[in-house]
This record gives sequence, C-alpha cells and structure tokens, in this order.
Amino acid sequence: MIELQNIVKSFADRVVIDDITVKFEEGKTNLIIGQSGSGKTVLLKCIVGLFDIDSGHIFYGTDDFSNMDFMAKKEIRKQIGMVFQGGALFDSHTVQENVMFPLDMFTNMSIRQRIERVNFCLDRVRLEKVGKLYPSELSGGMKKRVSIARAIALNPKYLFCDEPNSGLDPQTSIVIDNLIKEITEEYNMTTIINTHDMNSVMEIGDMVVFIYQGKKIWEGTKDDIFHVDNKYLNDFVFASPLSKRIRKLANK
Amino acid sequence: MINKGLFYHIGQYFILMSKVFAKPEKHKLYYKQFLREIESLGINSLGIIAIISAFMGAVITIQTAYDMTGAMFPRYLIALTARDSILLEFSSTMVALILAGKVGSSIASELGTMRISEQIDALEIMGVNSAGYLILPKIAAAVFFNPVLTLLSMLVGISGGWLIGTLTGVITTEEYIYGLRWSLNSYYITYALVKTVVFAFIITSVSSYYGYNASGGAIEVGKSSTKAVVYSSVVILMFNLILTKLLLS
Repeated sequence: MIELQNIVKSFADRVVIDDITVKFEEGKTNLIIGQSGSGKTVLLKCIVGLFDIDSGHIFYGTDDFSNMDFMAKKEIRKQIGMVFQGGALFDSHTVQENVMFPLDMFTNMSIRQRIERVNFCLDRVRLEKVGKLYPSELSGGMKKRVSIARAIALNPKYLFCDEPNSGLDPQTSIVIDNLIKEITEEYNMTTIINTHDMNSVMEIGDMVVFIYQGKKIWEGTKDDIFHVDNKYLNDFVFASPLSKRIRKLANK
Repeated sequence: MINKGLFYHIGQYFILMSKVFAKPEKHKLYYKQFLREIESLGINSLGIIAIISAFMGAVITIQTAYDMTGAMFPRYLIALTARDSILLEFSSTMVALILAGKVGSSIASELGTMRISEQIDALEIMGVNSAGYLILPKIAAAVFFNPVLTLLSMLVGISGGWLIGTLTGVITTEEYIYGLRWSLNSYYITYALVKTVVFAFIITSVSSYYGYNASGGAIEVGKSSTKAVVYSSVVILMFNLILTKLLLS
C-alpha cells in the first residue's frame, strides 16, 4: 500500500502538484489519469523520490518515505520496479544484461541462478530468444516488455508505469495492459500507472485517480467513471466523438 | 549574473563529485565498467593520438630546421628543440586538448542521451548511485590510461620528427639521436605525466558534469557536448599554467 498525504510540489513559483491525498491499495492496478501537463509524471516522480516534495508525506506501507535518509530510501527503492515511457533500457547492454542488471547489482546469486531468473522474467512477459539482442533491435512493444521484465527481476512490492502504452498500437497496448494487471495480481504488488489512454482505464483500472492542473479532482473505479457529474473529468473521458456516442448509448 | 552562473556551476560540480566518489555498491560491476571505459576512452584513442603526434613531430622538426639556418646553430639543436617541445608541451597539453574534443564530447553526449532517455532515472530508482556507477569508471580509466597515450605520443612524435628530418635531409640520424640525448632531463617526462593525470581528471569530470546535467532533447545534448569541450579546454589551459608554474619554477 502507498499513501500520499497532502503532497505539494512546485517548480520556482509554479505549483505543479497541489495538495494531493490518495491511497493506492496493494494487489490492484491504480491509475492516475489526466491531460498532458496535468502533473501525472511529476506526481509519479515525487512518489518514487526522483523529485523532492515541498510538503506532505509519502508512506510505503507504514514507512514515511518523505522523511527517510538517503540509505533508507535506497532500501525502499530496491523494492520498486519502474517501467518508463520510452523503456529506459540501457543502450549498451543486451536484453539479457538489462534484465540481469538489478540482479548483478543487488544480489549474490550465482551466474546460473541469475540467467535462470532472467529467462523466467523474459518468459513471463512472453519474450523468447531476444536475450542477445540490443534495445535498438527491438520494436516499441518489445522494449516495453523488456522494461517490465527488468522491473520485476527483483520481485518488487511496488510497480510504477509511466505511460506504458504510449506509442503502441491498440492491440499491443492491450497486451501490455493485461500483462501489468496479471503481474500485479500474481505478485500482489501495489501498481501505479500513469496514463491518458481511456482503453487502459476500461481494461485494467481497479482504482482511478483523475488530476487536473495538479489537483486531485476525482477518484473511483472504472465502472463509476461514466456516471460522474464533473465537467473536467467528463471533458477528459468523453473527449472523442466515439466516447461521446458510447456515453449517449449508456445513458439511454 | 555571469559570476552567479559560474559559482553555481562550480558548486554543482563539487556536489556531483562528492556523489561520484561515494562508496561503490558493487566493486565487481564498477571494475567491469572500468574495463569498458579503458577500451572506449583509451584504446579507441590510440590511432588518432599516433597520427596527430607523428605529424606534429614532423612539423616541429621542419619548422625548427627552418629557423636554425646558418652555421652558428649546430644541427643537433633541431632534435633538442623538437624533443623539448614534444615532452614539455605537446604530448601532455596538446594531446589533452585533442582528447577534450574527442573523449569529452563523447562522454557528454553519452551521459546526456542517457539523461534525456531516462536511463539515469532508471538507475536511480533501482537504488544505484548513478553518478558513481557512470562517471567514476570513466575518470579512473582516463587517469589510468591517458599517461599511456602521452608516452605513446612522445615516442611517435619524436619518431615522426626523425623520419621527416632524415628524409628531407635537414638532419642526420646521428645528429638527431645526439640532440635527443643532449642534456636530457628525465624530470620533463615526470612533469608531462603529472600534467596528463590532472588533465585526464579535468576532461572526464567536466564533460561528465555537462552530460549528466543535460535536460530537454537532442539540441540540449548537443549544447552540453559543446560546453563540455569548451570548458574542459579552458580549465586545461588554466591548470597548464598553474602546474607549469608549480612544477618548473
């Protein structure tokens, strides 16, 4: 479980995250949705500690991450896996070396055990025979899957995904979404996903938080989202003509 | 405003260096990176250093011979002047400036690209000291291997001078060797190597600073790369003056 209490973050005089309080449950896929520039990525980077917050508290379980020293944060980070928007795979490393990297850095496993674990993680994301390839030789969807494999290599308790299906075709997006959902339930992780893709919301959104201009406007489940009377949320959710038609049909 | 910018960067540079020299998470991985950097920053520079040194040695010899026309100058002075120019200045300072261009831009663009493609963020989130893991092996590799490049440059530069001198007939092999050995001070080599080690640290650390702190997109990475070369070169020239004053006074 991850809990945010009154998080505020600003850059110079501009408040980007404005007093957000929310609880993300474990074993669930928690989605943060909002327009581009609404503060989703900044919020995610605050939660993982890439940005220091101005005020408020971030709890990982019962541990107050926002008040920890560097070494304590480092220990928490070993329980975190993150899938970046572009994959963030190390260009100079092969797929196998990328997935093995956290194992090399933080475990004393033998080389055989590490290779077994890498193969298991790659199998888990349904990638085979790509271990010797470099990231530049992979498609966008494959990069995302390798990134997920690397994120789960150390059996993390927390998984963060920043726009995991941006730049992917709808079919591959659904594959990635379902993969994240399966892994979350299988390992009982607390998963937080940043997205503005409504298909993802409808596929895997156990819990959805909508932010607008740095403020939390709404939270609920994917089933509630069509029945909310909030202008900002409705403008976002029903932005396309197709979704407007679906809404009309649903309301009939 | 300029001063504020300058002090800001100096402060940030030292903060970065304090992270770079923090205790490594796993020595074995750092050692593996160190070996990669030896190849990338050192061995891959052997060719360019050899070519430039050979031509510079040759040019210094011809220019010196041109200046020393007339019976009052013994011919071995051509070799002596070429030797001192190469040992004292060319193989340490000039080679460092060349490496600032080649290695400095490579380091800044590599780290800058890693920064904007979130690879550095990925390391941080894993709990890895990204500054230490990425920069320390580069500094160690350059400090370890650049003296080898300097010694190679000295050898090839002097050989280039001998080759062009004898081929053009401005000096004989005997005169050249006599000039090389005449009043040879081995401290010149120590002086050049000390400068090389300091310059290696400057090239890698300053370039890493600009690459590591890059932000934005491809244009910013290009700008960081340019800044890395310019500021490395300026700092090298400043320290060249300081070290020369300290070591040769």
